[in-house]
Formats: sequence, C-alpha cells, structure tokens
Amino acid sequence: MTADQLSGLSDTLFSASVGLYSLAVVAFCAQLAFGRRPAPARALVGAGAPADEPAGPDAHTPDTPALDDPPAVRRWGQVAMLLTVLGALTHAGVLVARGLAVDRLPWGNMYEFATAVVLVAVVAFVVLAVRSPGLRHLGMFVLAPVVVSLVAIGLFLYVEGAPLVAALRSSWLAVHVTTAILGFGVFFVSGIASVLYLVRSRFEARGGDASSSRLVARIPSAATLDRVAHRTAVFGFPIWTFAVIAGAIWAESAWGRFWGWDPKETWAFIAWVVYAAYLHARTTAGWRGRPAAWVNVVGLGVMVFNLLYVNMVSSGLHSYGGVN
Amino acid sequence: MTITAPPRPEAAPTPPARPSALRRTGGFLLRQWRRLTAMRTAIILLFLLALAAIPGSLLPQRSLSQSNVSQYFADHPTLAPVLDRFYLFDVFSSPWFAAVYLLLFVSLIGCVLPRALEHARALRAAPPPAPRRLTRLPDSAQLATALPAADVLDTVEEELRVRRYRVVRRERNGAAELSAEKGALKETGNLVFHLALVGLLLALAGGKLWGYEGSILVTEGQRFCNSFQQYDTHSSGALVEGSDLTPICVGLGDFRAEYEEDLTASSFTADITYGAPGEEGRPTTIGVNDPLRIDGDRVYVTGHGFSPTFTVTLPDGTSFDDVSNPFLPTDQRTMASEGALKLPDLGAGTDDQLALQGFFAPTGLVQGGILTSIDPRPLAPQVAIVAYQGYLGLDSGLPQSVYSLDASQIERGRLSEVARGNLSVGESLTLPDGTSVTLSGYKEFAALQFSHDPGQVWVLAAAIAVLAGLLGMLLLRRERVFVRTTGRPDDGGTVLEVGALARGSGDSAPRFTALTDDLRAALAARATTRAPSGAAPQTGGTPE
Ligand code: HEM
Repeated sequence: MTADQLSGLSDTLFSASVGLYSLAVVAFCAQLAFGRRPAPARALVGAGAPADEPAGPDAHTPDTPALDDPPAVRRWGQVAMLLTVLGALTHAGVLVARGLAVDRLPWGNMYEFATAVVLVAVVAFVVLAVRSPGLRHLGMFVLAPVVVSLVAIGLFLYVEGAPLVAALRSSWLAVHVTTAILGFGVFFVSGIASVLYLVRSRFEARGGDASSSRLVARIPSAATLDRVAHRTAVFGFPIWTFAVIAGAIWAESAWGRFWGWDPKETWAFIAWVVYAAYLHARTTAGWRGRPAAWVNVVGLGVMVFNLLYVNMVSSGLHSYGGVN
Repeated sequence: MTITAPPRPEAAPTPPARPSALRRTGGFLLRQWRRLTAMRTAIILLFLLALAAIPGSLLPQRSLSQSNVSQYFADHPTLAPVLDRFYLFDVFSSPWFAAVYLLLFVSLIGCVLPRALEHARALRAAPPPAPRRLTRLPDSAQLATALPAADVLDTVEEELRVRRYRVVRRERNGAAELSAEKGALKETGNLVFHLALVGLLLALAGGKLWGYEGSILVTEGQRFCNSFQQYDTHSSGALVEGSDLTPICVGLGDFRAEYEEDLTASSFTADITYGAPGEEGRPTTIGVNDPLRIDGDRVYVTGHGFSPTFTVTLPDGTSFDDVSNPFLPTDQRTMASEGALKLPDLGAGTDDQLALQGFFAPTGLVQGGILTSIDPRPLAPQVAIVAYQGYLGLDSGLPQSVYSLDASQIERGRLSEVARGNLSVGESLTLPDGTSVTLSGYKEFAALQFSHDPGQVWVLAAAIAVLAGLLGMLLLRRERVFVRTTGRPDDGGTVLEVGALARGSGDSAPRFTALTDDLRAALAARATTRAPSGAAPQTGGTPE
C-alpha cells in the first residue's frame, strides 16, 4: 500500500473505532439499565459493607456485582466488552497505519499523541475489567468520555501525517513520548474513577441503597472506586516521573538545557506535584476520601490543560502540535 | 533549644508554675516545627508549589524570552510594572517561589530524617511483638492441628523463612508466638525517594551557582573563544568568575541543513573544530540532538541562518570584498531573514558611513516588486536592501543591535536612505555617489550555545535515585505476620491464630488466604510424617 492509502486507511479506522466504542457505550448502558436487581436484602449487604472490604482480582464480593447479574445483563456486559476490545483493536490500527504511512512512530503531533492516550485509557480499562469483572459496570463512564474525546480529537486536532522536524528525530521520542502517553492514559482512568467515587460516595452518604433504580446505585461501591483510582494513580505516577526525567534528558541534548520552565515543562511539573499531593492525601488523616479524590480530579484537569492549552495557546519549544 | 528534637515524642505536660520565657518560646517553636513537618502541611505546600508555578507558564518569562516580556510591557504599560514588582516575569527565580519550595524541603527533611533514623534502628531490631488480639488485624484466621505447639511453630517458622520473612519466636504469658516481617525495603524506598528529592534540589542549586551559558552566531569560517566578551548573550551563576571559564575555542567549518520533500527540516549538522586557544583544534561534527560534550562543557547547535556577503566598491576603486553579517531568520519555514550590515570605516569622516538594511530570501520570488522567500534552501538567493549613508551612531555611547540600524539616527536625519533595490547574486546597486554594492553570495551561520553546568550529572544521579526509591516505595509491600499458639488440652493438639498486617498496593486478602492455605498444607504434611500410623490430621480453618 502507498503512504496515501495507508493514511486513508488510518482515517477510516478512526471512524470505525469511534463507531465501535459508541456501540459499546450503548451496550454498557443496556447492561446498567437491565441491571435492576430485585433482591434488596442481598444488595443492602453490598451498600452497607465495610469500607475496606477486600476484593481480589476475581473475588466475588457484594461491591463488585458481576457474576450474580441476571443473564440478560451479563450478556449485554459481554457484548459491550467485546465491542470495546474490537474498538481498541481498530484504534490500535489507526496508529499502526499512520505509523506505516509516515514511516515513524505515530506520536509526532497532537492528533497522534491524543489518539494514543485515549487508546491507553481504553486498554487500561479493559485490563481492569478483565481482572475484576465487577468493574465492567464502569464501562459506560469510561467509554462515553472516550467517544467524546475521540470525536473532539478528530474534529479539532486532526492533521495529515507529516515527517518530523529535526529536533524530534531522536530515540528519546520513543522513550519520552511513549511513557508520557502511558502515564496520561492511566491517569485518565484514575481520574474517571475518582469522579465516580465522588458521585457514589455522596449517594452512599445519603443512605442510598443498592436496590434504587438510579444509575449511581449500579456502579461499584465507593470503596472499590477509591481503590481503583488509587491503584491506577500508583501505577501511573512512576511512569509519569520517568516520562518527565526522560524529557529532561532529551531536552538537554536537543535544546541545550535539561530544564528551562518552558510552559510544557512547567505544567508537567505541576501535574507531577498534584499527583504527589494526591498520593500523600490518600494516606493523611483529614484528607482521605473525598478531598483526596478531588486532588486526583484536579490532576487529570492539569493533564488535559497541559495537552490542550499549552499546545494550542501558549508558545514554547514544545509547539510541535501542528494545529494552527 | 529543643527544636531539633524529633517530632514524635508527646508534648511535655505544662508545668504548673509559670514557665520561663525561654521555655515558652521553646514550646512555641517546637509546636510550629511539628506543624511544619506534619504530612498535612506537606500537602498544602505541594499545592502551593503547584499554584506558584502557574503564573510562570501564563505570563512571559525573562528567562525564556526577553522580547516577549518587552512586548508585554508595551501592550500593558500600567499593569506590567505592577506585575514586575511581584517578580511575575521571573517567577522561577523569585523569592516567593523559593520560599515555597524551601519550606517544603525543610518540612520534608524534618519529616524524613527522624523516620530515617527510626528505620535504621528498626532494620537492626527484631520484628515487634504480636499485638494482644490478632483478630483485630486486617487479616486473621485460626487453624487447628493435632501437632504439639513446638512442632507447629517450627513448621510455620520454616514456611515464613522460605518466604523471606525475618522471624523471631517469643514466649509470653505461657503462649508461644512468632513475629515475622518482610519488605523493609519499601520504607527504604520511601526514604531514598524523599532524600533524593533533597539531593536533586542541591544539585540544581549547585549547577545554577557555578554554571554559565553563552550564545553566539558563528558564520562559516569563523571561530570564537569561550569568554563573556565574545558572546552575544550570556548568563552565569553567582559564583562564576570570568577567569573560571574553560579556555577553549570553537571554529565553524561547514554547516548543512537538510530538508524533506515537504520542506520539513530533517537535520542540521555543523563541522566544527575545538581546542585550547592557539591550538590547531580537533575536528568533529555536531548537530541537533547531538552536541559536543567535553568534560563539564557542552556546545550545541541551536539554530542557523544566512549571512549574505556583499562587495562594496567606492567611486575611487577601493573595494571591500565579501563583507557580511548574519541576517536573522524571521520565518523558519522559508528562512526569510532580516538584518543589517554596517560599514563605518569607508570614508574619511563620521558622516560618510554606509549601512545596508534588508531582507534575505534563500529562494527569492519577486512579485509586484516585493521579494518573498518560498523555500528554506538557498536555491536562488536574493536580497532586498535599502542603503543608508550618514552617521551610524556606533560611538554615541548607547548600545545598539548589530542586526538592525539605530532608528533614532534615521529619525534625526543623520542617517538617510540613498538607494534601494532587489539583488540576485552578482547584481549591483549603484548609489548616487557612485559607490556600488554587489551581492556576491552568501554564507551560512550557526547559532551555537556553550554551556557549563557542573550540577548536571548530579541532577541525573538524583533523578535516577528518585525513580528507584519511588519504584521501591510503590511496588514493594511490607508485611508483618504474627502467629500465636494455644495448646488444646483435650487432645494435645494446637490452635494457632494467624494475623497479618500489610502496607502497600494491592489487596492483602488473597495473599493472606494463600499464606494460610500453605500453612495448613505444611502442617498437614508435617502431621502425616509424624504420624505414619495414618491418624487423620485434624486441620481446618475457621476464619474469624
Ligand atoms: C517535594 C515534596 C514531596 C514529594 C514530591 C513527595 C512525594 C511522595 C510520594 C509520591 C509518596 C508515595 C505515596 C504512596 O506511598 O502512595 C510519598 C509518601 C510519603 N511522603 Fe512524601 N513527598 C514530598 C514531601 C513530603 C514531606 C514534606 C513529608 C513529611 C511531612 C512527606 C512524607 C511522606 C510519607 C510519610 C510518605 C509515606 C506514606 C505511606 O507510606 O503511606 N513527604 N511522598
């Protein structure tokens, strides 16, 4: 295939993965909608379970309702997961085709970078959902932002594939940008878990019971969400730390200084500090729970701001975004 | 004074008598110190640090671009001086930014040093005794076996040692117990991480104090030596003396810029020679992402451009060949450049000076008399120049840019335009007095940067330690396991209580279940070897 055909294929796959993810959102919705469980006695145990109830990878505890779902719900859940995985495969195809078309790593501009971040978020979700089936109930809340992000990326960030400028031609591109994408994608899932935690913990604090017909009654318990948010952040933080260090090493050889408070560097630093604050908050009396979750949400906000504002509005050495 | 006391001990009970002023201040300082080194304060300070960095990215910074700051002053003449008073154009070197991070680091040291001492002690000490009620621990279980207590403890101890626990056996109130611990490296990781952050800050500070940096534009065939007088711009740390600079000179041979089909710049390389002044110099090639590194010093290519060369022939036949000056690129995509060439010493008087100001296009296209550049490669170089004659103001005492003319001399009429034109290579412009200016060609120049940062390797080492500590702290887990046995008087068997306490990521429950399953299996195996007669070992778990 020629480079042009590959680019075209990449764009087609992009639309296809948006379509598949949208269908997955519908299926996840159906899973939640049909998930009305009429066994209030059992469900109440779930709502009242101690906050730190352990849930192993596939432990079946009341706060990870999965295996005891009615068959219709389980089927919808499986269809949704299947669609998500298919979506992720086409999504990976977008990047592979783009990479082959331009003959380099497919994360040289903002469109490619953001597309890859969303892919990492989807993969992180799939891994979590396979290991703890109860977390499939988060599907809609992960996939809906994924669809919105992809549509926005397609509309506002799209650029044709092009060769890289000289400063980007370095093996550090692979190291620095790949780890930045991984860290960002993992933080994305972590942030969503914290948002849901905030919603769910308010519901629980008001004595909401699991037999309620409201959507929030069917997402995993606040304790589970808090744990998911923390574990993903703990996974993402060293990756992000490494990405920042690798960026500094690269900057030293490309720009003649390892750190210069360029806007992008500044915001990467701010995000790092906010996530360090989140990890501290999780273990500090008076900050556990909702305040810590807010810190995590702020962290995600900083990451998104760094991607959008700093690339598009401010000018700095990192302005390779390719979006005018 | 007591302020260096570790923050752990309980506050001293207030003495009944009125405490002396010294004691009261001491108590006050101690309280403040404890407050500063509390985790809660660390979170607040981390937030403050994040907030403090924000203006540094939203407002133009002198350290990044002096000209953006000047532009901001021009656009906001009333606001800018106010912002400037609060160091908002120098955020990262401002006293208030320093105050936040220094407080954070004082807090960190105050928090981590006592912990480090405690940890050093704990590493040598035996694992702590078992708590009174093991069922209170996050994970606990009871196992029953027909084995006598001593055998049970032997078996469990061996199982735990195989799993790399440090184990001690104690006797308390007639009951034998085991305390086991592993994963002390997690705490070590935490301490390494936090202390490495301090190391990072020190290395950064050292680099700032003893480091310097200079930038210069060097045209092909030219050479510069490492001294502040030679650089176009330079900055240096407070402890750098001009005489400390490494004696080294760098000459630029050939400079090459290569482009893709779509005119994206793909590589810049410069053939340079370097060596001590007066030496021949060793040749090497540097480029983007590939600087010259000589111990402690680095030379980078940070940009490039063109220096058009002119031949100026005076009416009397005197000719000045190939005079040139770098023209600064205004558009990186087409390398359209602007610049000036000042020739103060052509005639006899100060009013016969000549200057050319103009525009250089590596590949020029003239449309309606206007020259534009359409390609960054020098395929058809052209200049559009305006020639001025008169007084340049070079000796007026006011510094002026070498890349543009002093506009005030033009306003005052002391320097006036005498001719203008577009020239391709070989073409000439003749001035009213008969002087002819010929575009004889062009040379390329490289923007080179010389950097000296003695802290850099230490920063890297500290960053690696930060990462290693972080991985240890986040990925390892610290686990304590306690076992207590009580004899069952009726059949000579033993009931053992197992409790565990884990710190770290992940769920402890499945691991604890696996541990108790293994213990049960080991006890069963032991029971069969001890009782080959076939008496069924009596085991069974009753969680909680
Ligand atoms: C430059 C500032 C600091 C940064 C970037 C930082 C970062 C971190 C990180 C990422 C963790 C890991 C949290 C986890 O285990 O989940 C941590 C743990 C910890 N930090 Fe800091 N820290 C800083 C300052 C401080 C200060 C000032 C203190 C003391 C007041 C402190 C005390 C602790 C303690 C005790 C832990 C262990 C928490 C635990 O084991 O659960 N840190 N720190």
